Amino acid sequence: MAALDLVTPAAPPTGGGTWRFPANEPLRLDSGAMLEGLEIGYQTYGQLNADRSNAVLICHALTGDQYVASPHPVTGKPGWWTRLIGPGRPLDPARHFIICSNVIGGCMGSTGPTSINPATGKPYGLSFPVITIGDMVRAQAMLVKALGVESLFAVIGGSMGGMQAQQWAVDYPERVFSVVVLASASRHSAQNIAFHEVGRQAIMADPDWRGGAYADHATRPEKGLAVARMAAHITYLSEPALQRKFGRELKRDGLSWGFDADFQVESYLRHQGASFVDRFDANSYLYITRATDYFDIAASHGGVLAKAFTRARDVRFCVLSFTSDWLYPTAESRHLVRALTAAGARAAFAEIESDKGHDAFLLDEPVMDAALEGFLASAERDRGLV
Amino acid sequence: MTNTIIREDFREILRLVRPGSRVLDVGCGEGALLDLLAHEKQVDGRGLELSASGVAACMARGLSVVQGDADQDLDHFPDRSFDYAVLSQTLQATRNPRHVLDELLRIADRAIVSFPNFGHWRVRWSLLSRGRMPETKALPLPWWSTPNIHLCTLADFMALTADLNLRVDASAAFAGQGPARPMNPVSALENWRTETCLFMLSRNGATPQEEPSGREPLPASGDLFDG
Repeated sequence: MAALDLVTPAAPPTGGGTWRFPANEPLRLDSGAMLEGLEIGYQTYGQLNADRSNAVLICHALTGDQYVASPHPVTGKPGWWTRLIGPGRPLDPARHFIICSNVIGGCMGSTGPTSINPATGKPYGLSFPVITIGDMVRAQAMLVKALGVESLFAVIGGSMGGMQAQQWAVDYPERVFSVVVLASASRHSAQNIAFHEVGRQAIMADPDWRGGAYADHATRPEKGLAVARMAAHITYLSEPALQRKFGRELKRDGLSWGFDADFQVESYLRHQGASFVDRFDANSYLYITRATDYFDIAASHGGVLAKAFTRARDVRFCVLSFTSDWLYPTAESRHLVRALTAAGARAAFAEIESDKGHDAFLLDEPVMDAALEGFLASAERDRGLV
Repeated sequence: MTNTIIREDFREILRLVRPGSRVLDVGCGEGALLDLLAHEKQVDGRGLELSASGVAACMARGLSVVQGDADQDLDHFPDRSFDYAVLSQTLQATRNPRHVLDELLRIADRAIVSFPNFGHWRVRWSLLSRGRMPETKALPLPWWSTPNIHLCTLADFMALTADLNLRVDASAAFAGQGPARPMNPVSALENWRTETCLFMLSRNGATPQEEPSGREPLPASGDLFDG
């Protein structure tokens, strides 16, 4: 980022890139640590209007990134949420200024364990401080402000992105007009933590992990990270979805009578694992899963979730869950909605019928689309954007 | 429950609700009433609806509606967070109507409740003459598919309001396709002739709401008492 240092523009340029905050603007972390020379990788789409009232922040999920509506630089795949964002979509760069940034702890441009620790001149590795969802949001708030946005029209996220969206309403209620939480929860359950622990142990069991210092040894714990991804991927689907997609279909005629990928589902998971390691860092996976495990909004509000949202009474909330999502089941969304109701917030909530599991929020679900589009359209009217 | 009856029901609710007030519609369906109240009376409306399709339709209309039901989800609303809580043609389908009614008047200063009167002469006649569960315009479904598990008569309902120490601020009757007419809820005759009734209730001791204009005031408590 030396070039950026030389140019030192006054504000992060629209379009995207990596923005480095000056040393006198460190990020204060929930752990008590400070991150100096904070960098945030981000993308923007559209232009901020004259009133600065049309900005939308998209929060990505665990292994997502800022390429929400433009091709991924590593995989070349289209943006991960072009169903929601694009010309003629509910969020349209012609009308909205859409911001999406890589979470801190990530590996797509934002400060994380792969970044150089200024104290040692070497990658942080495990010397990177443990971060929280609150820290991610605090960093986003710095970026959003640097982009000239005082108040966001909407903060939208699914899964871990939904956690950030909730955290925005809790920490910056005066800076958000509406919040959309899809397939998410206000705390991580024992089952959520358990699955994450399996993933972390798989990474740490890989000899190439080298106690987190694999950068020093020019290795990468690819096998461990792939297994972590394979286990996690199962939790993003549902039994009926797996059955429909693969059943007991074999990859070739007959069984191998060995441990090759006989079944289509095995081959699919191996592919998911193998392609994941090309675009994701193992230590980032440890840090970000930890952040979600630590997530429990009520815990910092006397154990009463409603108390967290008492300052967010004027925020419009849209909460959606999916019938077949067993990772963040409807009961978790209902728990959030009851707290919002008790806090006197304006909440809309629906459980969408779907057999696609947790990933349904990214897929073709017309009922979700209609609900989300209606919610955003009415929020736009209330905001005076149309 | 034909559309016409429901629309007359809504018209009466529209008349009773003060402009700019906060309204919770329990069992709001696809949000027709909330939409009407928002446009005609500028109310700040919220809804509770059991069906996912209903909630999605409400959200597509931009209404703040939560998927849930009267039996389980009213408990989470803070005290007196609304001016009105509306329960339209749903009380008789709840598991615990007494608790629901009590909750409505904890959440809101006024409850607007409508339900089919099981004391209507057609219902009585149907049971008496045929010996079968009544199927009428207001109660169109057979016993095995009706959602109505706690039907009551006008007199039953008045007994419950007395028991809960509630005051009737307004009451109206609907029959067939006709518009609302004022109705004296303690009249035995009304218990015979009212097909569907609608009440605005508040706790005894609460400040009464003046009867809105647009119709002659309610008759004083009648001379005819049922039972």
